Amino acid sequence: MKKNTPAERLYNGLVKENPTFVMMIGMCPTLAVTTSMMNGIGMGLTTTVILTVSNLMISALRKFIPDGVRMPAYIGIVASFVTIVEFLLSAYIPSLNDALGIYIPLIVVNCIILGRAEAYAGKNKVIPSIFDGIGMGLGFTVGLVAIGAVREIIGAGTLLGFQVLPESYEPVGIFIQAPGAFLVLALLTALLNKIRAGKPKKDGKPSGGCGSGGCAGCGNSSCAGKNL
Amino acid sequence: MEKLLHVSSSPHVRSKAKTSTIMLLVIIALWPAACFGVWLNGPYAAAVLGVSIGAAVLTEYIYERLMKRPVTVGDGSAVVTGLLLGMNLPPLVPLWMPVLGSVFAILVVKQLFGGLGQNFMNPALAGRCFLMISFSARMTSFAVSDGTLNKIVDTVSGATPLAEIKGGGSFDLLSMFLGTTRGTIGETCTLALLAGGIFLVITGVIRLTVPLAYLGSFSVFALLAGGHGMDFPWLAAQLCGGGLMLGAWFMATDYVTRPITRTGQIVYGIILGIMTGLFRFFGGSAEGVSYAIIFSNLLVPLIERLTLPGGFGIKRKGGADK
Repeated sequence: MKKNTPAERLYNGLVKENPTFVMMIGMCPTLAVTTSMMNGIGMGLTTTVILTVSNLMISALRKFIPDGVRMPAYIGIVASFVTIVEFLLSAYIPSLNDALGIYIPLIVVNCIILGRAEAYAGKNKVIPSIFDGIGMGLGFTVGLVAIGAVREIIGAGTLLGFQVLPESYEPVGIFIQAPGAFLVLALLTALLNKIRAGKPKKDGKPSGGCGSGGCAGCGNSSCAGKNL
Repeated sequence: MEKLLHVSSSPHVRSKAKTSTIMLLVIIALWPAACFGVWLNGPYAAAVLGVSIGAAVLTEYIYERLMKRPVTVGDGSAVVTGLLLGMNLPPLVPLWMPVLGSVFAILVVKQLFGGLGQNFMNPALAGRCFLMISFSARMTSFAVSDGTLNKIVDTVSGATPLAEIKGGGSFDLLSMFLGTTRGTIGETCTLALLAGGIFLVITGVIRLTVPLAYLGSFSVFALLAGGHGMDFPWLAAQLCGGGLMLGAWFMATDYVTRPITRTGQIVYGIILGIMTGLFRFFGGSAEGVSYAIIFSNLLVPLIERLTLPGGFGIKRKGGADK
C-alpha cells in the first residue's frame, strides 16, 4: 500500500498500529472507562474528534511552530479543542459527560494525541494528517468498544444497556471492576496477537516484517522480542 | 596413583522427593481439616470440595492437551489447588462457583503464566479472591445446612466469629479452637490445621520460617495496633479465627510463591503479618488473609532481589549487590 494516502492511514490506525491492541498507548482511559460498551463508544468518538482536528491544526501550523517549544504549543492546541468538546458534551450529552467524568479533560495529555502530533502530524501534510487522526481515533474506538462489550456482557449480562444473557445468569462482578479491565485487555490482546502472528516463519523474522524505528518502537509482537 | 577413583560431577546427594510425593503429603496434611469441615457442614460440603478438585484437574488436563504440552495432572498440584480453593469457600455456595474459581485459578493464574512453578500468585487464593470480588454476598454467607444433600435450609445463618469480634461481640475460644464455628469449609478447625502444619514440618515439606514469622509478626502487630491492648484471649481468638491458620501453614508456604532465601522468607512473613493486621483491624471487612497473601506474593521477586546472597568471596555492598 502506498505510504501517506488516506486509505493507508486509516488501515494503519485501525489495524497495523492499533493504539489499544498493538501500540498499547492511551491505557489510562482504556482501562478506566470501558465498564460498558456505551462508555467505550463515547470515549472513542470524543477522542477521534479531538485527534482529527488537533492533527489538522498541528499539521497546518507545523512550519510556524519553533522546534524548541513544540510540546507546549501542541498541548495548547489540544487543550483548546478538548475544552470546546467538553463544553459541547456537557451542553448536549450531559449523561455521557457524567459517565466519562475526569477522563474528558484528561484527553489533553492522552498519549495517543500527543504521540500522533509528535510522530506524524508535526512532520506531514494536512490531508494525510487528518486521515491519520481519523484512523487512529477509530482504532482506539474499536479497542474501547471491544473491551467495553466483553466487560459489559460478562460483568453485567447486558449490552448497550439491553439484557442479552438470560435473567438467571449471575453477573461476574469482577469484570466491571478494575481487575476485569486488565484481564479483558490482556486476553483480547493475546487473542489478536495469536490471530495476527499465525504460524512463525522459518527464517525467524516476524510475520508482517519489522516495524520502522527499531525494536523499541515496533508494535509487531510476533517475533516475541527475538530480533532484539 | 595407579587406581583412579570414581569421579563424577556434583550433585552427589540427591533427594528422593518428587513433586507428586510433596503434593501427596500436603493433601494428607489437609485431610483432617477438610474432613472436619465435611463433618461439620454436611455432605454438601464434600460435593463442593469434590467439584472444586475435579474442575481444577480437568482444566489442567484439557488445557495441556489442547496446547500439546506434557500433561502434568499426575503431579497432584492441581488437586492441591482445587482442594485449597474448596476449603476456602463457604459450605453452601452453588456448585458452579467452585468450577468458576478452579478454572480461573488453573487456567489464568497457573497455566497462562507457564504452569507449575511459574504462577506469580497462589492459584487457589487468586481463585478465591476472584469469586470474592465477583460474588461477595455469596462468599460471605455462612449458613449451616441441615445435613442432607441439596436440601439447604438457612436455619442457623449468621456471622463468623471474627465478624462478631469486629462488631464488638463475644467469642468462645474453645469452639474456635476446635472448629465448631461458622466459616469456610476448611478454615474453622484450628486444631486440625495445626496438626497438618506440624505434620508438614516433621516430614520436611515446609520449614517453620514463614508460618512463625507470619503468626509472630501478626501477633505483635495485633497487640500493638489492634486497639485491644495486651488482651491475650482476644489475640488467641484472632489467631484461631478466619483463614489465618490455613493461610499461614498451607498457602503462604507454597514453594512457588514464597521467597527462596531464608532472610527473604522472614521478611515475607513479617509483611504478611502486618498486612493481615492492617486488613483485619483497619479494613472494612473482618478478614484479610487471602488479600494479604496474594499481595505479598507479588512482592516476592522484589524481596528475593534484595536478599539474594552474593557470590562466594565477593564483597556485598549495602545488602543489595548485583
